[in-house]
Amino acid sequence: MALRGNLRDFSFTQILNLINLAQKTGLLTVEGPGEMAHVYFRDGKLALALIGREENDLSAILARSRKITANQAKVIRERTRSMTDKEVGLLLINAGYLSQKDVLDSLQLYSIEVIRRLFTWVEGIFQFDQSSAVPSGKIPVRVDLENLIVEGSRQLREWEQLQEEIPSLDMALKFTDRPGTNLRHLNLNLEEWRVVRYVNPKNSMRQIAQVTHMNDLEIRRIAYALLQAGIVDIVRPDGKPPVMPPPRPLPPVNKEEHKSLVQRLINRIRSL
Amino acid sequence: MQNVKIVVTGPFNAGKTEFIRSVSEIDVVSTERKITAEAEKIKSSTTVAMDFGRITVDDELVLYLFGTPGQKRFDFMWEILSEGMLGFIVMVDSAHPETFREARSILETFHAYAPTPYVVAANKQDCDDAWEAEDLRLALRLDPQVKLLPCVASQKETVKTILLELLYSILETIETPTD
Ligand SMILES: Nc1nc2c(ncn2[C@@H]2O[C@H](COP(=O)(O)OP(=O)(O)OP(=O)(O)O)[C@@H](O)[C@H]2O)c(=O)[nH]1
Ligand SMILES: [Mg+2]
Repeated sequence: MALRGNLRDFSFTQILNLINLAQKTGLLTVEGPGEMAHVYFRDGKLALALIGREENDLSAILARSRKITANQAKVIRERTRSMTDKEVGLLLINAGYLSQKDVLDSLQLYSIEVIRRLFTWVEGIFQFDQSSAVPSGKIPVRVDLENLIVEGSRQLREWEQLQEEIPSLDMALKFTDRPGTNLRHLNLNLEEWRVVRYVNPKNSMRQIAQVTHMNDLEIRRIAYALLQAGIVDIVRPDGKPPVMPPPRPLPPVNKEEHKSLVQRLINRIRSL
Repeated sequence: MQNVKIVVTGPFNAGKTEFIRSVSEIDVVSTERKITAEAEKIKSSTTVAMDFGRITVDDELVLYLFGTPGQKRFDFMWEILSEGMLGFIVMVDSAHPETFREARSILETFHAYAPTPYVVAANKQDCDDAWEAEDLRLALRLDPQVKLLPCVASQKETVKTILLELLYSILETIETPTD
């Protein structure tokens, strides 16, 4: 069944994590705005990543990692036109131009580089197809996803943390009444000043973001920095502090009675 | 006469009303409204306050199934609905990953209101686009011990299974000594 969605809702890092944990094999296609990526996995490991219309035959990849020059790549490509990457690789190794390690390192580096670029995609349709394997002429690598996931999750974590600290942009900001804080002496950057101008219990953060042309991430980042610095508090747009409903304990009941009640429910549902 | 309740929650359009309808002995008493806002016209009606269904157990016991409104702007109802519940079911539309994050946040909210047992239903498993239950578990970051069950809300048997699994969990928590 389908593993399909939008990166907006399920980030690329989360997908990698899922593939890693479930040790999936298959092809992940990501269709970003104006570009397309194909990433192959084997048993939860990265096998091959290709992006866009970029030249990604072996000679181009070897040139990117400076194992050969651009000119050499051109010559090789012309002479091996109908050959697959595997055949070209063997040819270069057998001819003593390169070692097997050179070839694999370059391919690995390239695939990782593609993954790093995919971390910055926040928009795009992805689809995972379990039945597609690495094309037979391509040389697969084998890269553990863990380190890549850690890298990707650093970005993700910031975003999630900000969403947790500032769950709703419908709240407003208000200057703290700390005596002795003089805004003029604060070392704020330009972006922070742009927000500070609008700090007022009447303005929701969403409204501030609108007038300052900031996206959700940017306004949260700045609001968080101001919060951390103790310059502002989060308040309801009418100025009252937010109230969290207290958790309600269940009324205590007799254990045996409770058990018999649940057992009766079970019997009844079974008979439906 | 004793009334007990189980709450069926989850994001907009997840299939909560459908779930209750499949097992209720009465027509679901629903507070559905025609949807007017253009952006929300995925379907023609939505639950605005709550739905409820009823299952009579015996002369002394009635189980009510309460469906919450899925739309965020009605979430003031949640706390009231969760009061005194035996447990709750989080319905997730497995074919709409854009709702997964919200499903998780609803789950956490309900759990904070009342730390009762809950199960997660991976609904709409009959849709081509549905994510498999185990992929959904990873996507929702559910612990391995949280029950996540495949569901097709219009099929009575899967609905029964989910209710039973929830009741088994409730039974277990009663039997587990708390300290
Ligand atoms: N294919 C399929 N469709 C379903 C399933 N469950 C519900 N639906 C459909 O999904 C739509 C939404 O179902 P509802 O039961 O109204 O969802 P809800 O969670 O009550 O929605 P709100 O009250 O608006 O939040 C309806 O068109 C249902 O017929 C299912 O398991 N499979
Ligand atoms: Mg409904």
